[in-house]
Amino acid sequence: MDTSFFAAAIVAGTPLLYAILGEILTERSGLINLGVEGMMLMGAVIGFRTAIATGDPVLALAGAMTAGALGALIYALLTVTFRANQVVTGLTLTIFGTGFAGFVGQGLMGQVIPPSMKLFFSNIRVPLLGSIPYVGDVLFNQDILVYAGYIVVIISGIYLYNTRPGLNLRAVGENAAAADTAGINVSLYKYIHVLAGGVLCGLSGAYLSLIYIPSWQENVTAGRGWIAVALVIFCRWNPYRVFIGAFLFGGLDIIGFRLQKYEIMISQYLIDMLPYLVTIIILIIVSMKKDGKGSAPAGLGVPYFREEI
Amino acid sequence: MTKYFKMTARSDCSKREAAIIRSSAIVLSLVAAGVFILIIGHNPLAVYWSMLDGAFGTAYRITETMRRAVPLVIASLGIAVAFRLKFWNIGADGQIMMGALGASYFALNHGNMHPLLLLPVMALAGILCGGIWGAIPAFFRAKFRTNETIFTLMMNYIALKIITYLQYGPWKDPAAMGFPKIPGFSQNAVLPDVLGLHAGWIIALVLTALMHVYIIYTKRGFEVMVTGESENTSRYAGMNVSRIIIVTIFISGGICGLAGMIEASAVNKTLSVDITKGAGYTAIITCWLAGLRAPAIPVVCVLFAAMIQGGTFIQMAFQMPQSAAQILQGLILFFVLGSEFFIRYRLTPAGKSIIQQDGE
Repeated sequence: MDTSFFAAAIVAGTPLLYAILGEILTERSGLINLGVEGMMLMGAVIGFRTAIATGDPVLALAGAMTAGALGALIYALLTVTFRANQVVTGLTLTIFGTGFAGFVGQGLMGQVIPPSMKLFFSNIRVPLLGSIPYVGDVLFNQDILVYAGYIVVIISGIYLYNTRPGLNLRAVGENAAAADTAGINVSLYKYIHVLAGGVLCGLSGAYLSLIYIPSWQENVTAGRGWIAVALVIFCRWNPYRVFIGAFLFGGLDIIGFRLQKYEIMISQYLIDMLPYLVTIIILIIVSMKKDGKGSAPAGLGVPYFREEI
Repeated sequence: MTKYFKMTARSDCSKREAAIIRSSAIVLSLVAAGVFILIIGHNPLAVYWSMLDGAFGTAYRITETMRRAVPLVIASLGIAVAFRLKFWNIGADGQIMMGALGASYFALNHGNMHPLLLLPVMALAGILCGGIWGAIPAFFRAKFRTNETIFTLMMNYIALKIITYLQYGPWKDPAAMGFPKIPGFSQNAVLPDVLGLHAGWIIALVLTALMHVYIIYTKRGFEVMVTGESENTSRYAGMNVSRIIIVTIFISGGICGLAGMIEASAVNKTLSVDITKGAGYTAIITCWLAGLRAPAIPVVCVLFAAMIQGGTFIQMAFQMPQSAAQILQGLILFFVLGSEFFIRYRLTPAGKSIIQQDGE
């Protein structure tokens, strides 16, 4: 395998990186949002529509993030304020997002991204780091959103493990009642991190429609949102491990395409199955290991209700 | 909210009151969608009216609506029994596909068999394939607590890829001049019509009654309810939790598989990648709106089928894309999910708390 394969795996893994990270932040606050796929679709379509309408990459990304946050806001309102069932609310958000993308995306098929934006999203070689043999070609000759992804992962890691609000967030996710007693505003923490998750999922969708594909197709996410939810478990809710999960699956995503070159006698459609199959295998292996360390936040999925007299 | 109101849990909400709360939520969601329709430049009342007209306006349209309702009812029944167990089976779409695949195998290879033998064999194959497709994640959920939500969903994509593979590969119709489609079924493999609609509607109604009896009046149904509420209670009472999970989800998937057999046999008369038309996902919404109660499922499903059928109608009348109906479905469920808060909690104005009064 040459460096171009690994460089392409990084690109294919970047939408997963944003989505997994977003879901980790959400789940750390004790909420499981199954609407990742829906929020990604909302971000993808708004990002693309804004790109076509304005030609401005910054506006397109901002639009995508806002769309993702809007989806997350609906989720937060229903699950935090109205204590609705988290699983069903998330599923509904995915159905809603799919409809939303179909509706907003009508007439976008076949449109192309303006050249000015293509330039903005083209690869930039990082000085010094980019000239390291192999590593430079794979990691540091990429587009601007790949670099932003590295930075967001590291910032989230530091935030979660080395800051006061990060500690509070973990407390909310582990035991909301105890956090409440300690004077932490539980609902506020949940809202903020669900919204942050939505912003990242919106960005993830925009990466797909603006850079990875880059054109509009009805089901642009193709289940990546769900794979992201599964990979949160694989990453054990640890932001740093997102690097492993996202880029491993990025590689898996493109391996079928690469294998075609070698004329292997397996149908393309069966190779396409691989990411979904591996996701299942990972889920099984992770669930078979019974070590407590790094496992799910204790309060995940449990709604918090302070009984008042 | 806590500044202005205080929340207390309540358990005194009568069925009547709950029904009123849920219905007002649906009305509110229609109002919210109406505002949206107004913004994009249409008259919401005209749009709703033409949806109704599109769904029930003529005898033909009513038949079409019912045709759409049949797979929804059956899949909702399948999902409801899984949800009762708090097993979040969102793999109904894949289970429908695998059921259709199992039935198609016999339809394509034994098309000259007598219908009275072939149709039951197809139904059995559908139930078996759908059931196994559900039982695989259930096995791992029971043994290792593997997350069933994502597992069942991944199984949808795998089922889709299998059918795509068959349609473009081994099962491709050689007579279709290279066009990737699976051959049509022989007349022996097609479910007959009863009163203008394929016999699937009778199966749907019978299943509804059976499921109601199963959940409410049988020991097995009771076990499902108890295990769903608390696995530990169930274990303490001496029930075999693993067996309950695997058997129940086999039933859940099997019912969805039967829906797949009916769609392949009576509606498509062949197998294709778009066999489910998303029924496995829509059924999640309908079964939740029905409160997981079997008798309510046909009612909700007919309303939803009307919305989808009406949706295709307004597509032509107002140039609105069909996805508008999907947005409306999402909105309705959002409002109902929010409204359930008022069934479980009571809000009273703040400032009248007992503690404060004692302090004064």
